[in-house]
Amino acid sequence: MVLVYAENSDGKFKKAVLETVSYGKKTADLMGTECVALVLGNVDDAGQLGKYGASKVIQVNNDALANFDSQTYSKAISAVAENLGAQVVLLNQNSSGVSLTGRVAVRLGADCASGVNSLPSLDGANLQVQKKIFSGKAISNISLTAAKKVISVTGNTIQPEETGSDCPIESMDVEVGSAGVQVVSRDEQTGGPAPLPEAELVVSAGRGMKGPENWGIIEDLANTIGATTACSRPVADVGWRPHHEHVGQTGVAIRPNLYIAAGISGAIQHLAGVNSSKCIVVINKDPEAPFFKAADYGVCADLFDVVPKLTEAIKKTMS
Amino acid sequence: MKQLVCVSKTPDTTTNIKLAEGGKALDSAGVNYILNPYDEWYALVRAVELKAVAGGTITVINIGDASNDTVIRKALAIGADDAVRVDMQPGNALSVAKAIADHAKEGGYDIIYCGKESIDYNGSQVGAMLAEYMDLPYVGLGIHMEVEGNSATIKRDIEGGTETVQVNTPFVLSCAKGMAEQRIPNMRDIMSSKRKPIDVISGEITNTSTSISNYDLPAGKASVKMIDPDNMDELVRLLKEEAKVL
Ligand SMILES: Cc1cc2nc3c(=O)[nH]c(=O)nc-3n(C[C@H](O)[C@H](O)[C@H](O)COP(=O)(O)OP(=O)(O)OC[C@H]3O[C@@H](n4cnc5c(N)ncnc54)[C@H](O)[C@@H]3O)c2cc1C
Ligand SMILES: Nc1ncnc2c1ncn2[C@@H]1O[C@H](COP(=O)(O)O)[C@@H](O)[C@H]1O
Repeated sequence: MVLVYAENSDGKFKKAVLETVSYGKKTADLMGTECVALVLGNVDDAGQLGKYGASKVIQVNNDALANFDSQTYSKAISAVAENLGAQVVLLNQNSSGVSLTGRVAVRLGADCASGVNSLPSLDGANLQVQKKIFSGKAISNISLTAAKKVISVTGNTIQPEETGSDCPIESMDVEVGSAGVQVVSRDEQTGGPAPLPEAELVVSAGRGMKGPENWGIIEDLANTIGATTACSRPVADVGWRPHHEHVGQTGVAIRPNLYIAAGISGAIQHLAGVNSSKCIVVINKDPEAPFFKAADYGVCADLFDVVPKLTEAIKKTMS
Repeated sequence: MKQLVCVSKTPDTTTNIKLAEGGKALDSAGVNYILNPYDEWYALVRAVELKAVAGGTITVINIGDASNDTVIRKALAIGADDAVRVDMQPGNALSVAKAIADHAKEGGYDIIYCGKESIDYNGSQVGAMLAEYMDLPYVGLGIHMEVEGNSATIKRDIEGGTETVQVNTPFVLSCAKGMAEQRIPNMRDIMSSKRKPIDVISGEITNTSTSISNYDLPAGKASVKMIDPDNMDELVRLLKEEAKVL
């Protein structure tokens, strides 16, 4: 049995969670078994996970799970996995997943692979998974041979697939202990486009912008297509843009469908955070800019001229 | 305050990755190794800052062979008091975390630091595994920490924002950008680090069932398609019809 921990954000499932349920269904099919989803806490419409491949949803309601804590959450996930005899446990590789995956693996005495980015292959009872290493400069093929396996899946690895219909929900009581970490407050960006780690479209700019006052053309382009804005590190370091926009090796790693980079040279540390993007468009006036080698489409020209023209061209197709 | 900082050795960020033995191994020829930036700039420097106000000691621990001593010395130059190296070639994060836990269980540490990830295998695994082996609270992706007595208030990255949490010592923390600023050790620090002790102990590989069977290099991009700057309509058409991303 494949158990997918379906994290909810204030009672709702993000797209990345639906992806992991679909990933779980495909893994279960490969192994000739079923895929079960686990929900911790109250969720509107948990049965919808059936559409993405879960044969049932296990729901654990416990006051101790009101706030995220890796100890209580990993106890809950591991206990359910043991009760059901799960051979594979899947999680999302996100800010809670990085605190849970390793813990659950240790609790279950399982093998562990984190940040996997393609569907597994089966070799007898062993699973073979792929993960990018060295910030995308190489790929490792990892083999998991223990009886139990814990895997966290990177966002955008596959798309959610609606294959079935709503499934039944069963509740289960498990021992979760008490939380050592108390959440005091949350400072979330509200409204606006998706946060960078989840964004499907990203418009980014670098030192070629000359100064923060020029960002209007980048924001216009981003708003036109509903993209999230990002920037290179030096631009965040000098305070032209907020730090949470900085992408790259030391910033946020992103994997959108479309990444448009204007006035960014394409240093290796920048590429490390963006080279998993499905499609990269580079706008740079220097034909030798290294970024062109990593791009799908390139425009060699002055960004102050090209970016507004691109925005206009997109608007035209929308009207 | 007794602090432990877990440090790993990684190829520097500009390293060109090449495969060896038909993809069974990575070619280490010509690779320049550094102290993992997350461990150095954020975790260790924060520990040094905290020691300056709270007193106590900082130990660094590394799981690896004698070739890691150079980066361990760097950590001592930045401000750790002593070092432990568990002498083994771990094949995966589970073995690393177990070896750290075996040492740390006896150590009575108040705060155990890890980096957000090692920049070679990008696992982000060791910290959470270590916390579980020690049955301690874990705060992942910390970007700011205030400590008062045995209580720490930590800001951590979450999707699209931050979260502030409170935790009591002892606990395990992973550090990301923001936790502290890079420090360059001066000549005196470097000289005095040579006299600081590195305690080498033997360790045992505890998990062999998770392993890397081989490596691949990513398929290179087909060459870039250059678009006439005066024809943005063409770029929009390609994004819609060819790449299907708009
Ligand atoms: C350990 C380490 C970690 C790092 N981590 C990161 C990271 O996470 N993210 C990151 O981004 N960087 C990182 N860096 C920095 C990185 O090496 C580069 O210095 C940085 O990415 C360069 O930013 P940039 O491309 O904006 O600026 P530049 O390199 O100065 O490039 C500006 C580009 O704009 C172009 N340009 C100028 N004017 C115009 C115009 N009018 N029209 C069109 N194009 C124009 C130029 O041709 C040039 O290519 C790191 C460095 C180190 C050492
Ligand atoms: N061999 C090692 N020795 C000591 N600490 C390590 C080792 N490998 C990883 N770590 C620590 O665990 C963190 C996360 O590493 P990883 O799980 O490999 O991404 C690193 O930033 C280090 O703090």
